[in-house]
Amino acid sequence: MSSASHHAPHADTLAARVKAATGISLAQCYQCGKCAAGCPVSEEMDLTPCQVLRLLQYGQDKYDERAMRSAGIWLCLSCETCSTRCPQEVEIPKIMDVVRAEALKRGIAHPKSKDILAFHRAFLDSVEQTGRLYEIGLVANYKLRSGHFLKDVMLAPKMYVRGKLGLLPHMIKGTAAVKRIFKRTLGSKG
Amino acid sequence: MRIGYYPGCSLLGSSREFNESVKAVCEAIGLELVEVPDWNCCGASSAHVLDHELSVALPAKILAQAEAAGLTEVLAPCAACYSRLIGAYSELEKNPDHKTRVSEIIEMPYTGAVKVVNVLEVLERFADVIQAKAVQPFARKVACYYGCLLVRPPKVVNFDRPEDPQVMDQLAAKVGATPIDWPFKTECCGAAFSVTRTDLVAKLCGKIVDSAVKLQAEALVVACPMCHSNLDMRRPETNAALGKDLQIPVLFLTQVIGLAMGIEPKKLGIQRHMVPVAFNAPTGAQA
Repeated sequence: MSSASHHAPHADTLAARVKAATGISLAQCYQCGKCAAGCPVSEEMDLTPCQVLRLLQYGQDKYDERAMRSAGIWLCLSCETCSTRCPQEVEIPKIMDVVRAEALKRGIAHPKSKDILAFHRAFLDSVEQTGRLYEIGLVANYKLRSGHFLKDVMLAPKMYVRGKLGLLPHMIKGTAAVKRIFKRTLGSKG
Repeated sequence: MRIGYYPGCSLLGSSREFNESVKAVCEAIGLELVEVPDWNCCGASSAHVLDHELSVALPAKILAQAEAAGLTEVLAPCAACYSRLIGAYSELEKNPDHKTRVSEIIEMPYTGAVKVVNVLEVLERFADVIQAKAVQPFARKVACYYGCLLVRPPKVVNFDRPEDPQVMDQLAAKVGATPIDWPFKTECCGAAFSVTRTDLVAKLCGKIVDSAVKLQAEALVVACPMCHSNLDMRRPETNAALGKDLQIPVLFLTQVIGLAMGIEPKKLGIQRHMVPVAFNAPTGAQA
């Protein structure tokens, strides 16, 4: 393979970013498809896990972009069935994390990611503000972010009578330190 | 005996009964739980989706707090917390140079002195005590459901068999239950999609609940708050997706053990479940 070939991967590929962030080499995958076969949600995905890996292996912008624009990457539950069964021990959920983060950074995340992202952001808002997850706050914040105001409204009273809803957030003493953790990690990457 | 204790956020809210039953059982077997001082959330299923470094720093802070308190081992009953804590521990052991960076982020020294253990491996150490104290055998056919995070990734958790784990089955058998052999022990329930993709959770839980019932289990037994809330709280959606009306209750292993030890059901939070814990005619000896 000559480096002059137009197929030659350039330096700043998604595969290179995966390697830098996780140490995982995409070249390990030989496309056996075992990840897709075991994935509990692959039938819901537009691209199966091994197809996402294949696109990244090309090391070309248009294929990287196709992976980042897929809806399927947002369905990965990080259940680790794929990585457990992979004969090459490729840690696919970690790769999914990098592809999702890059898609967000470039503003090309699939529209179907909206609700899922709203949930994760609402979750982390709560942790950033109080140091712990405040479940009622999470649900309220998620409703505001997603616009699904009526979702699960019938569940709250059932949870309440069973003592499953803590009505007040738990503030920890180290709240300021937790806020600074967010600032130094998530906050520093825009 | 003492051990560090990290309850995590769910155990103070939607999974109170897990906290209650872990505490009741540990008290009965003589294991003192020392709560990690001023613990924060581990970031659970959300932090890693948005930022990898955050997903390591939050658990590292918890372990550093435990270390500062002189603890050497921390029990995290919630499988999601356990997974994030042991995942961060394992990653920092593999890349010791990252410990300096993470210590800067969390403003505390992190050396990796604290080990993380799940509720099954802690209870396994007391298997004989548990058996001896099981005065009211839980004589039911049970489907032990492990889910994902207690057994995967195998090289990180280094616990039991990843595809057909046994520890929960063995513990259930110690208190008189008959664990069934079934194929959905480690299939994912949909985890954190409970709110955002309830349809998907209903479909995945449908396969699990249906299989347990078909194989004549009388109860599902779990050790994870996410598995529990999906299998229990999402039962109406699950039944709708299946077109059935399955009423098999879902108990935490610690509740099963607690009941067998004769601990009062209320102290174990049995009344907090959405699917009532009620059984048909007894299949075995009842006290």
